[in-house]
Amino acid sequence: MADATATILASGEAIAARRRFRVLRKLLNHRSFMVGFIIVLVMVIAAMSAPLNGVDPNRMAIRFRFRPPQEANWFGTDQFGRDLFTRTLYGAQLSLWIGLSVAVLSGVFGAAIGVLSAQFRRLDSLLMRVMDALMAAPAILLAIGLGAALGPQTHSVIIALAVAYIPRTARIVRASALVTRELEFIEAARVSGASPMRIMFKHLLPNAAGPLLVQSTFVFAYAILAEAALSFLGIGPPPPAPSWGNIIAEGRQFAMQAWWIMLFPGFAISLAALGMNLLGDGLRDVLDPRLKVES
Amino acid sequence: MSGTDSSTPIVRVRDLTKDFHVTRGRGGPPAVLRAVNRISFDIKPGTTLGLVGESGSGKSTTGRLLVGLIPASSGEISLFGETITGRDGRQPLARVRSKLQFVFQDPHGSLNPRMRVGDCIAEPIDVAGGWSRKDRADRVSELLETVGLPRAVAERFPHEFSGGQRQRIGIARALALRPDLVICDEPVSALDVSMQAQIINLLLDLQDRLGLSYLFIAHDLAVVRSIATDVAVMYAGALVEQAPKTVLYSAPKHPYTKALLEAVPRPDPDRVRSPALGGEVPSILNPPPGCAFAARCPNAMDMCRSERPATRTTGEGHVVACHLY
Amino acid sequence: MASPELKAPMLEVDDLTVRFRTDDGWMTAVDRVSLSVGDGEALGIVGESGSGKSVTALSILRLHAAPTTRMPTGRILYGGRDLLTLPTRQMRAIRGGEIAMIFQDPMSSLNPVLTIADQIGESLRLHQGVNQATARKRAIELLELVRIPDAARRVDEYPHRLSGGMRQRVMIAIAIACRPKLLIADEPTTALDVTIQAQILDLLRDLQTELGMSVILITHDMGVIAEFARRVMVMYAGRVVETSPVGELFRRPVHPYTEGLLEAIPKLDVDVRRLPAIPGSIPDPTAVIPGCRYSPRCPQVQDTCRREAPPLLPAGPEREARCPPRVAAMMAAAEGVS
Repeated sequence: MADATATILASGEAIAARRRFRVLRKLLNHRSFMVGFIIVLVMVIAAMSAPLNGVDPNRMAIRFRFRPPQEANWFGTDQFGRDLFTRTLYGAQLSLWIGLSVAVLSGVFGAAIGVLSAQFRRLDSLLMRVMDALMAAPAILLAIGLGAALGPQTHSVIIALAVAYIPRTARIVRASALVTRELEFIEAARVSGASPMRIMFKHLLPNAAGPLLVQSTFVFAYAILAEAALSFLGIGPPPPAPSWGNIIAEGRQFAMQAWWIMLFPGFAISLAALGMNLLGDGLRDVLDPRLKVES
Repeated sequence: MSGTDSSTPIVRVRDLTKDFHVTRGRGGPPAVLRAVNRISFDIKPGTTLGLVGESGSGKSTTGRLLVGLIPASSGEISLFGETITGRDGRQPLARVRSKLQFVFQDPHGSLNPRMRVGDCIAEPIDVAGGWSRKDRADRVSELLETVGLPRAVAERFPHEFSGGQRQRIGIARALALRPDLVICDEPVSALDVSMQAQIINLLLDLQDRLGLSYLFIAHDLAVVRSIATDVAVMYAGALVEQAPKTVLYSAPKHPYTKALLEAVPRPDPDRVRSPALGGEVPSILNPPPGCAFAARCPNAMDMCRSERPATRTTGEGHVVACHLY
Repeated sequence: MASPELKAPMLEVDDLTVRFRTDDGWMTAVDRVSLSVGDGEALGIVGESGSGKSVTALSILRLHAAPTTRMPTGRILYGGRDLLTLPTRQMRAIRGGEIAMIFQDPMSSLNPVLTIADQIGESLRLHQGVNQATARKRAIELLELVRIPDAARRVDEYPHRLSGGMRQRVMIAIAIACRPKLLIADEPTTALDVTIQAQILDLLRDLQTELGMSVILITHDMGVIAEFARRVMVMYAGRVVETSPVGELFRRPVHPYTEGLLEAIPKLDVDVRRLPAIPGSIPDPTAVIPGCRYSPRCPQVQDTCRREAPPLLPAGPEREARCPPRVAAMMAAAEGVS
């Protein structure tokens, strides 16, 4: 028996060493993922470095209004003479924060609804019909309605968008949980006496983490875009605090004379959404085959 | 060891039946699928009952009924003296749960890919609760050693291991709370041939060292022969024959058992096999009246098609459900 | 190597190597495998997972997944041509027309949205250019040939209405529709119940005699091999380790792996106290093992085995084995006797 153990150990080592950091290695090798990751990283660093600039984003200087991009103001100035580069950086903080909050909120609530639906068949019909109702309206309209009801503040934007995106996340988690439920390790847990709560949180949820994460990156991207749309309609984060969306909104009237006001935040939004999408695609490519039971 | 004397069965199954209700499309009443049809058997402590059958025999369903994974439709299951079937079955089941465990067929689906091996093995402990961290860790190490795996395995994830190793991990998990009865549902079917012998030997060793009883479910008659004490044969939900191992294999009585034994290819090129039994397993959706095997049976009589045969004892521990006897 | 068959083999695989790119690196699934099949012969290929038996079979028909496979090296000689270098159009004519294949899982091998008649007819229309009506008539004949009762009615049904055994028969019908010279059967009965397996094996044997086909039967089940094959090739970790007529293989195996396998399989007809198991496990396909691939597990291993990759050596009439120490011992014993 000892001899057999030794050979088991040897072959086990060989297989394990090879498979151990497989996911990480694959991610690092995936071109789209790395590009997306770097883009997002750069944006986050830029956002966090906003205070280092030393310039107050809300400081008005009417004398310097409508200056095109030049050395003193890399992104130019707006109608109040405020430096747009600083505003864009601070706007990154707010917009990225909104994106993250929406992704996290819709992730958490969507996941809860998803596993509950998968575990309790009777709840399933009820919850899924509610999700269907929410999905029937385009997310933007829903967000507009909720935002208008809650008032033009940052947190209402976050809540409105989170609610709008919960159904998507819930469906993804539910689909994954339904598949996981049929696997034998769930039966094994039940044989040992595991409660439905334990099964949901220890078994179903962790196995839905992959698709949930991928979906959350896409929600992040949608949220940033949606925030811009909401700001455009005046329901976004209230001025003077800059967000990418409201900089664009304010700059719209001056599109002909000061094109740079809309350009840079617009570009930032596109870049952020692109980066997140690439990141999400990469994650999905790497994680997707792993969702199948490993062989 | 417990105080029960070794001839009192730890498992008593009487007239156990399981019906599944299958909803049919286009409205209409759901069809009844009788997966297990009034079976009865006992398992004595320290022995292995091999349960063999082909697809549709109901053997896997029987295994799951025994551990309460599926509720029975009628009949009685009593484990360690507690009756777990019926309306008041939940409490007794909770009481004996720690004495029961299950080993699954698929080494790739029976372990949570997101949990470390140590946590997989400790799941019964975690669910039962009340163990200190040290005790838990010690027990996990002890279990790994018992199944022939190095301790370092506990920190790794299931996907880092081969099928045979994962099956060992599944067995370790089953042993966590020192069960007395382990249901093994096709535990070696998904493994390579050269690995099957290792796992069978492990199960036999564990039985000797820990005094375990097994219900060993399999379709492979040779595998069952290598591990069982008694063997029961199921066909289309019914138990057609049961006998001590050597008796069943050398002197089977039921025509199905005989056909089954004859049909298995042997690693002997000189053997000439009789032509195969024709026909197929009948649909358990609408079971025909009488004996389920009547349509294929070479010895079928008129009575077989109309009257379900009763189970009769024909020898020491040997029961057959056939009108011939 | 003296052989009772003096005719040239109808299919000859020569030094075939197939490599795949997996998540864990390159692996050599088939490592310089050679085999031959005579007219009307039943060749069995037996091996466990990772042995390369299925990949070898798929390579004969060039069915391997293209992007991750490096082009196989070696030759596959059939009818005087090398199948590996054949233009695609000619290869397609051979697939189904002259060399056919049936697979393990009858549940997923048939198209769920086409009727049986359509699926059998596909082969007939492609290779023999018959029209729809003739194809249907021939499909019914074929269903009767594979012993499906009530063929005229069944031919219009969809696969989901048939049981596993029936679907396997339909697969066989599709495969033999154009009277191929060679049928490759990859684990055809593994997913079937024992009694159905016996039926299918009987059917295959009868068809082989009736149609004069050669058959390559791939399986991990030694019992099935013993029943069906005339000659057996044992594969391990991508290499051929032994080739032998079936009787000799079971009576006097040469390679320690064959011997270990025969001892380790559970026995139906005797009570054995403990099965002598082969220690260790099948090597990871991407692992590189110096010397003999079986050496980590071999009970008779010697130092040379671990250093030098052993060649395939002749070990008697129609016998070869990849184990120099055992072959030498066998030859010495044979000489001692005579």
